[in-house]
Amino acid sequence: MDKELKFTWKDILKYGAIGGIVSLYVILVGMVEAFDERYIIAETINLGQVTLFVPMFVLAYFAANNARKIKSTAFAIIASALVGLISGAFVAALLVLGTHYNLRSVFLNVSPGLLEILHLGRESMMAAILANLVIGTVVGLAAGLFALVPHRWSNALLTGLAFVLLMGIMQELMSITFGSKDWYKPIGEFIYAKKGLSWGGTALFLVLGILLSLWRSSPSLHPGKKVAKMPRKQRVTVQLVAWALGLIILLALPRILGSYPSEILTTVGIYIIMGLGLNIVVGFAGLLDLGYVAFFAIGAYTVGILTTTGKLATLGWNFWMALPVAIFLAMMAGVLLGIPVLKMRGDYLAIVTLGFGEIIRVLVLSDWLKPYIGGAQGILQIPKPRIGSYVFKGPEQIYYLVLAGILIVGYVAWRLRDARVGRAWKAMREDEDVAEAMGIHLVSTKLMAFATGAAFAGLAGAIFAAKLGSIFPHSFNLIVSINVLSLIIVGGIGSLPGVVVGALILVGMPELLREFADFRMLFYGALLVAMMLVKPEGFVPEKTRQRELHEEPLEPEIAPDTPAQAEI
Amino acid sequence: MLRKFMRNHDTTDIVMWLIGFGLLAAVVYGSYVTLSSGKYAPSVWLDFFIFGLAQGSVYALIALGYTLVYGILFMINFAHGEVFTGGVFTAYFVAIALEKAGFIEKNWVLSLLILMAVAMTVSVIVAVLLERIAYRPLRGAPRLVPLITAIGASFFLQYTYRGIYGSGVKTYPDFPALDGKLHAFGREWPILTTQALVIVVAAIMMVFLYWYVQKTKAGKAMRAVAEDKEAAALMGIDVDRVIVNTFALGGAMAGVAGILYALLFKQVNAFMGFIPGIKAFTAAVLGGIGNVPGAMLGGLFLGIFESLGPSLFLDGLGIPSPYQLKDAIAFTMLVLVLIFRPTGILGERLSEKKA
Repeated sequence: MDKELKFTWKDILKYGAIGGIVSLYVILVGMVEAFDERYIIAETINLGQVTLFVPMFVLAYFAANNARKIKSTAFAIIASALVGLISGAFVAALLVLGTHYNLRSVFLNVSPGLLEILHLGRESMMAAILANLVIGTVVGLAAGLFALVPHRWSNALLTGLAFVLLMGIMQELMSITFGSKDWYKPIGEFIYAKKGLSWGGTALFLVLGILLSLWRSSPSLHPGKKVAKMPRKQRVTVQLVAWALGLIILLALPRILGSYPSEILTTVGIYIIMGLGLNIVVGFAGLLDLGYVAFFAIGAYTVGILTTTGKLATLGWNFWMALPVAIFLAMMAGVLLGIPVLKMRGDYLAIVTLGFGEIIRVLVLSDWLKPYIGGAQGILQIPKPRIGSYVFKGPEQIYYLVLAGILIVGYVAWRLRDARVGRAWKAMREDEDVAEAMGIHLVSTKLMAFATGAAFAGLAGAIFAAKLGSIFPHSFNLIVSINVLSLIIVGGIGSLPGVVVGALILVGMPELLREFADFRMLFYGALLVAMMLVKPEGFVPEKTRQRELHEEPLEPEIAPDTPAQAEI
Repeated sequence: MLRKFMRNHDTTDIVMWLIGFGLLAAVVYGSYVTLSSGKYAPSVWLDFFIFGLAQGSVYALIALGYTLVYGILFMINFAHGEVFTGGVFTAYFVAIALEKAGFIEKNWVLSLLILMAVAMTVSVIVAVLLERIAYRPLRGAPRLVPLITAIGASFFLQYTYRGIYGSGVKTYPDFPALDGKLHAFGREWPILTTQALVIVVAAIMMVFLYWYVQKTKAGKAMRAVAEDKEAAALMGIDVDRVIVNTFALGGAMAGVAGILYALLFKQVNAFMGFIPGIKAFTAAVLGGIGNVPGAMLGGLFLGIFESLGPSLFLDGLGIPSPYQLKDAIAFTMLVLVLIFRPTGILGERLSEKKA
């Protein structure tokens, strides 16, 4: 599979063209204009520009890296600058075309506003073209120089930039938080300008990110390793203190952050619960379930129907009575779905579960079942849960419900993972036939996985219904299943902390960036493909899976005997 | 005898068969009630049937793309529905331009050919890029990996179309020459002209594809690769190129299917390919996935079943507004086929293990 290493002038052209095409794609799909108002740094750099220049930077970086292996450093830098220049030329070409022809009838986003952005603040056309070329070259050059920085330092720099980007994006949200209490108002005023970070804030987070990354990558200072070296008693104390601190912070979060961030956190939390459930089905047992949203819907609808005081009122139970019923029904649905698909594997299973999910969606929307579950109008007036006189009314209160759910479900998933059934799931994931031969009862093991996953989703659905107070069928479409699947893949299939990380990135970020909502699924799709191509084990990989996917050849002397695979 | 039967089939099998028989009984009973009530005139049934045939031929063309790719790579190209969308959605802009120029009225045959050419080109490009960027690097990876990639690609493409072309539903221009019932050989036939055209074009494409796969050298190479990649490579066949060919061929069929779909339903949007994609996949499985004539038959069967079903048996069962459940029929069929006969009606091409 090894390609012959070479890098010629033609490759520069190729990289430049790819960079240019990706930049054009980002423009045409509407990101540059949509993100134009989201400033990262002090009203000078906005997210639109970042999305426009990142593809050029990445391609120029690759070009420089490849060129450096073959030829001189000087050549590498020239190559990267040229790649940037060519990419810039593509953008300039779009500017010219867009000004002279009406591209808008086909490409919706080539609007006067966009063309103004592409002018980069220059008045005349010539100056604007020149500005595009120069900026392209500068970005390319920067990428070339970046490629020369030693790995550890470039990593640190990237972490710093990521910090700046993240904090810049969160400006609006954090400003509200900082503005809410007197005693941390000055901090907010120091960090943030009117739009985006202030220069001081930028420097602060850049340095913070760099230091953090260096600290973690340094062999002697890495926190985990340091703790591991301590004597046992001390280690346990440190860990206990860390856990207690974490719990206290989690409990205090809604009070520190206020209402809107808590709302985001509860949404993230509901996805974490679902993620933990799907992680059991997909991650542990290796059964790709694309109809997972059905169990979420069953949980939500059960609570809705049993507790609503609106038009469809039936029993008028309270939340706590309906909750176990919701979980139980979801679990039963999991078993019922599990039975017919017992004999299926891999992709057929995925399609069948997808089919089930769609059937349920069509049925819920139909007039046929409308008298029972409300059709497209959904179920309204679901009362909030309460304990005694404490009502979980707003996001700041529901947060605790979600947190309790996550802790319980997380504990169950963690204990199951290494229990007998957890090991059976993993064995089944690796090879069903071998697992069966080792005495694992496939039917009950599979059904157990479906049931547990479905029960978690049922819990998530119940909390979801209580949180919103009304449920509609369109909250339960295929997109939810895909979201949950994406977040466990991004976090790392089979990894429990990965679910949390994945949910924070994939569910939390879009809530923060409202302009982003339009591109959410685009991003998820691209992320699924990219993760599978580049990092199939996810960002927080499960240990065994990482070993599996990045296997070091154990006995290299065997390799020459098995060349058949390499041919195709 | 019962004991022997019980020994050969476990409980889950029996439960499944009971569910299957239950559904079958419901279908038979519903059809009986509807037919004996005489609610629909025979000519209405004929209309349903012909409409089913027309939409079925669109499904069949899309299904060919699934079957060809599955036959060779054993992967479900989940994003094939979006390959279909890409062609017809891009051709929409050409169609609008042609209409503005008055060309559709002047020469509708040429206009249609131009639209098909555009749709085929774009679909082929999307399919080939998909293979090159998303699938090729993953050849030989565990089977779930390319499937997840394909799902990701599917959503990526849907939202790309939405981002670039806009999210609204767009109405295809009308072909005045195709309005009304078909007049040919001096009399009027009980079939709309568009439907007749769709059926004829689809039939031509299917015959072409069959000829291509069975008779040409490229088709022979394709079949050889489907049989055994290693052996084919040893015989001097460029496997990568055959795979690209296969994707391109599937894409071309999807492009034509797109234009036919636009003729039938008149509307396009960024997400239009998803449901027909899944239905076409159902058709491919129905006919035995990997089996070219099977996909054609499966598509026609599914189209007709879906068109007749709501009024035939759902109505008879007393379900209100049965047409809302049209998609549920196709999906139920998908689930049932995959459960009871994953090799399809025609196919014993591949066993579960080989697949």
